[in-house]
Amino acid sequence: MDAAFHVQKLNVFYGKKQALRDVNMEIPAKAVTAVIGPSGCGKSTFVRCLNRMNDLVPGFRVEGSILYQGKDIYSRGMDVIDVRRKIGMVFQKPNPFPKSIYENIAYGLRIQGVKNKEKIDTVVEESLKKAAIWEEVKDRLPQSALSLSGGQQQRLCIARALAVAPEVLLLDEPTSAIDPIATGRIEELLRELKESYTIVIVTHNMQQAARISDITGFFLMGELVEFDPTSRMFTNPKDSRTEDYITGRFG
Amino acid sequence: MIEGALFLSALLSVFITVGIIGVLLFETVSFFGEVSILDFLTDTEWTPLFADKHFGILPLFTGTFLTTLIAMAVSLPIGLISAIYLSEYASDRLRTTAKPFLEILAAIPTVVYGYFALLFVTPLLQKIIPDLSGFNALSPGIVMGIMIIPIISSLSEDAMHAVPNGLREGGYALGSTRLQVALRVVLPAAFSGVAASFILGISRAVGETMIVAVAAGLQPRLTLNPFVPVETVTAYIVQVSLGDTPAGTIEYRTIFAAGMSLFVVTFLLNIISYSLRKRFREVYE
Ligand SMILES: Nc1ncnc2c1ncn2[C@@H]1O[C@H](COP(=O)(O)OP(=O)(O)O)[C@@H](O)[C@H]1O
Ligand SMILES: [Mg+2]
Repeated sequence: MDAAFHVQKLNVFYGKKQALRDVNMEIPAKAVTAVIGPSGCGKSTFVRCLNRMNDLVPGFRVEGSILYQGKDIYSRGMDVIDVRRKIGMVFQKPNPFPKSIYENIAYGLRIQGVKNKEKIDTVVEESLKKAAIWEEVKDRLPQSALSLSGGQQQRLCIARALAVAPEVLLLDEPTSAIDPIATGRIEELLRELKESYTIVIVTHNMQQAARISDITGFFLMGELVEFDPTSRMFTNPKDSRTEDYITGRFG
Repeated sequence: MIEGALFLSALLSVFITVGIIGVLLFETVSFFGEVSILDFLTDTEWTPLFADKHFGILPLFTGTFLTTLIAMAVSLPIGLISAIYLSEYASDRLRTTAKPFLEILAAIPTVVYGYFALLFVTPLLQKIIPDLSGFNALSPGIVMGIMIIPIISSLSEDAMHAVPNGLREGGYALGSTRLQVALRVVLPAAFSGVAASFILGISRAVGETMIVAVAAGLQPRLTLNPFVPVETVTAYIVQVSLGDTPAGTIEYRTIFAAGMSLFVVTFLLNIISYSLRKRFREVYE
């Protein structure tokens, strides 16, 4: 498998507090990588490093390197806007803008200066189709995105992320705020999307990791304890701490 | 016991408000017993204190309109830009120190602003605009705008600051610059709160009295020229109230008719502002 990201000796600090310690990871391209671990172990911090979302946090500091397609995304000349455009993100709580469904998807194009209405129409339709929500919203595109259910909002956010044609999709516990049926739809969607996108998903639901991911990283207190193909990790973990976690001995 | 006292004082304030509106209404009705509403709304002269009496409110309205327009032209852009800066760019420390400081501007007695306009701003403007009269709409309009900046910046900042961080992150994650997040995500999301602050600013400008009474001249004039003396509705009311007009005369009742029209305008503005703010709260709670 080709690696999309090479994470090398990553140390992350919030002020004086260290959130990640010496993390090394090769994230495969066009596959689903799951990140699991108990609350507060650094999962969100880790994925938010991959598209430099943490730059916005005061006191955030990073050491080591994260190579994406061979280039360090934290190096000086790197355009952070471009990094985020290529590496999209979906958050734990659905966060549609308080605009129409159509404008939510169009936003990413509009900020790039795209004015052509036909082009935007096409991208809106394609993105909503890719996120498997087109059928539900095609007759109500001018309505507020806030009128959608939680699960629909989350798929809308996935569509919004896809509209700027990213290569990677980072998802931070995307199903923790929505019901099981909607969760099922999103999992199914991610399985389809991995044909064309590199996907990294944070989850604290181990069944979910087992169902959809190809490879899983287990974090504990800021360290990457184990990083192995999902099938192996869930049947035959190398580290006893991993075993304790996946068998539910601590949470 | 305390509950009873609180209830009584609440009741008292309701009675006082009703009483004020009652007096206003009573005097207004008697005024319109003598002057037709049509004349009041269409006559282009306002000369109740002269021998040849005209009761057209329009010159006072244009005076109010003109000074309000100038005040908003100053306070709206500056207030909005400082709100955006404080909410989206400034550090938390700067934000928490700058806001109370700005609000001090709102605590300066307006008569001070009035003389500031008359004795400082007007002479300054006259250097640039030689035709400017000593009394004019421009200078008090600008100074009123300065006074209103904190209202707009503070309320707009509150509205923008209340926009959930998740929306900003959503914007950044799509490759937005900071400016794009501020203008295209946060500002529209805070729209009703920001609009409410504008309307509150307008209603403050419409109701402002001392600044215009001191610096705009007391000459009702149907004009939109900002360089000549004008009179606003509020300035007329103080002018007559301070004079020796005997109670019960028609001149005396003009105060109430003018006051009533002003009350209607600001009341409507406040209702709009209130419902906008309410709508804003509903979106995020
Ligand atoms: N913005 C922040 N400022 C300071 N500390 C933070 C911040 N975000 C996270 N942390 C700390 O970093 C550690 C990892 O947090 P996080 O990455 O959110 O964990 P997880 O997503 O696995 O629950 C936690 O101890 C948390 O308190
Ligand atoms: Mg998290």
